[in-house]
Amino acid sequence: MPLPSASAMLTIGPTHYLLASAILFVIGLIGIMTRRNVIMILLCIEIMFNAANLAFITYARAWHDLGGQITVFFIIIVAAAEVTVGLAIAVLLSRQLKTLNADEIRLLKW
Amino acid sequence: MVDVSPAPLCSWLILFAPLCAAILILLFGIHRRSLSAILAIAGLSTAFVCTAQLFLQTLNGQLVLPLELSVSWIAIPGLSIPFGILIDQLSLLMTLVVTGVGSAIFIYSVGYMAEEQAYSRYFGMLSLFAFSMLTIVLSNNWIQLFIGWELVGFSSYMLIGHWYAKPAAADAGKKAFMVNRVADFGFMLGILALWAISSPLASERTFHFQTLQDRLPGLVSAGLVSAPALTLIGLLIFCGPIGKSAQFPLHVWLPDAMEGPTPVSALIHAATMVAAGVYLLCRSFWLFEGLPTVLTTIMWVGGVTAFLAACLAMVENDLKRILAYSTLSQLGYMVMALGLGGRVAGMYHLTTHAFFKALLFLAAGSVIHGTHEQNIWKLGGLWRSMRWTSVTFLIGSLALCGFPGLSGFFSKDEILVLAHEENAALYWIGTLTAGMTAFYIARAWFVAFTGKSHGHAHESPPVMLMPLFLLAGLSIVGGYLEIPHFLGQHEGEFHAGVAATSLVVVGLGLCLAWLIYGKRVVSAQQVVHALALPYSFVARRYYIDEFYNWYVATIQQKLIAGLCAWVERYIIIGIAVNGIAWLTRGLGLILRRAQTGKVQTYALAFLLGVVCLLSVLRR
Repeated sequence: MPLPSASAMLTIGPTHYLLASAILFVIGLIGIMTRRNVIMILLCIEIMFNAANLAFITYARAWHDLGGQITVFFIIIVAAAEVTVGLAIAVLLSRQLKTLNADEIRLLKW
Repeated sequence: MVDVSPAPLCSWLILFAPLCAAILILLFGIHRRSLSAILAIAGLSTAFVCTAQLFLQTLNGQLVLPLELSVSWIAIPGLSIPFGILIDQLSLLMTLVVTGVGSAIFIYSVGYMAEEQAYSRYFGMLSLFAFSMLTIVLSNNWIQLFIGWELVGFSSYMLIGHWYAKPAAADAGKKAFMVNRVADFGFMLGILALWAISSPLASERTFHFQTLQDRLPGLVSAGLVSAPALTLIGLLIFCGPIGKSAQFPLHVWLPDAMEGPTPVSALIHAATMVAAGVYLLCRSFWLFEGLPTVLTTIMWVGGVTAFLAACLAMVENDLKRILAYSTLSQLGYMVMALGLGGRVAGMYHLTTHAFFKALLFLAAGSVIHGTHEQNIWKLGGLWRSMRWTSVTFLIGSLALCGFPGLSGFFSKDEILVLAHEENAALYWIGTLTAGMTAFYIARAWFVAFTGKSHGHAHESPPVMLMPLFLLAGLSIVGGYLEIPHFLGQHEGEFHAGVAATSLVVVGLGLCLAWLIYGKRVVSAQQVVHALALPYSFVARRYYIDEFYNWYVATIQQKLIAGLCAWVERYIIIGIAVNGIAWLTRGLGLILRRAQTGKVQTYALAFLLGVVCLLSVLRR
């Protein structure tokens, strides 16, 4: 993969996509670390999924390999299922514990 | 003609008739007084009749001794223990004494214990004792002997503590048992050590007397057994007699054992059980014979016991305890005789002593039965109210102090002659002790049986007097029965000088006692006052009981037990047990911080883990 040169600054290449993917991933990660609301944490996880998806597609395009795109479809389906379960858990948590604050949900702690 | 020899049947009956009696009494006779007495007497007299039968057959020459019957009892690879009966001259004589004197005492007990509540338990235990004692006497191997040895200890404990509601009796029983346990521990080690050296091959080791006796010289000459090891074994085995025959310094239990009923004192603590130690020494004399160090120890222990116990008897005021110390002293004589190499002399004195000491105890029991008093200073004038008891007591006393013509004279003379030949110091100790014996028994006689009468006394019933007459007869004729001839041969020929010396000393002792306690020329208080220091030393029993109390209370309980408790509390519990618990708990306290229960923390850990993993995988 060629490194971006000064002359190619205007061309948007795989590097930019990968950079965007990395930025998205870190945003999601920081969100998971810092946010206290369960739904926000779920959203951050979704952001990280999409960061990964972006990286897959970038490589699929750069290397002309459709395997990456197929993987992304699978990830989207799994993520949909995961969000369904995660939101169901969030609904139940708010019903049972009257809170969605992750710090207060410590049922498994000693 | 089919030769049906009754000897084996007789032999087994001797052993098991008393056991059957004991079992039947304890199972079915506990609430049937007369049945239990009949069973006990029937059991032991069956044994006596069988023994007499064997004895007569031996004298006729129909039975050739030794007769050995043996069945395999415990047989596992590397260990075989037979259960058997060995009848030779030695065990036959001892069995005669045990069953004969025992039967007389059983019959006497019917009268003595007539008002007793636990009558059946008493007879059950007496029968058990008879069985245990016969197990020792008839045994043909060390293990069976040791089992009998412990069983007599147990039945002795039960009978000393017969009146267990009385604290003194309960304590005396415990004391007897524990002191004997101390000695038996050494004894057991000796037996096991002897077994261990009995053969270089593990599969051929044996507890059997005759096999050991045959093998020992070969083992020694082949250099498989060293002389010091054998000496140690001899000393360890001698621990048993020190305990059971109450030799110094483990004699302390015997005087206390007088808390038991008087017939028990007569049978167990005078005539038979305490003589088991002497019997054991005779039985295993082949072992001691070649061990001069052990023999020297044995004779000095015996001599010292004879002397010290005679001193104690001179200051004692309790009639039964005087007899107990006298028993100690006479046992000392027997052990000394064994140590001097006099197997026959020791057994001879054992036999005559069984007669006259059982007689003395039964007569004392008759006194206690008639007066309910055993302090000699509160007795007196019994000569008039209890004529038959007094006569028999007098015969027993004279036999004890070696009056010429009575049984004690011959057997004691034999020991003294032996000592005269072997060891001058022990000869003079023995002679002096003979004088002291005369003094203390005459003191008891003059104080208790003559002088002014205190209170009412009545003569005992015929069932108690008959055994007294029987034993009195035996005490008189015991010296003419040629017992040494039956056992082998006389070890000391009659020596006029020795006999004359001991007669003079005995006469002096008698005269002294007569002057102080009979004629009262010199007041007894004055004598005590003049000898205040030695008197108090002896009257406190040489402070031996105090020493043992101090040893147990201070050294054992405080020092050793305290040390053990400290190690347990601080080392075992503190470090080993609680220390591990504290360590686990402390580690848990630290590690539990990691489990916050917050999802983010786990996510962070997960992230860091992935970063680490990736950085490693990159290489």
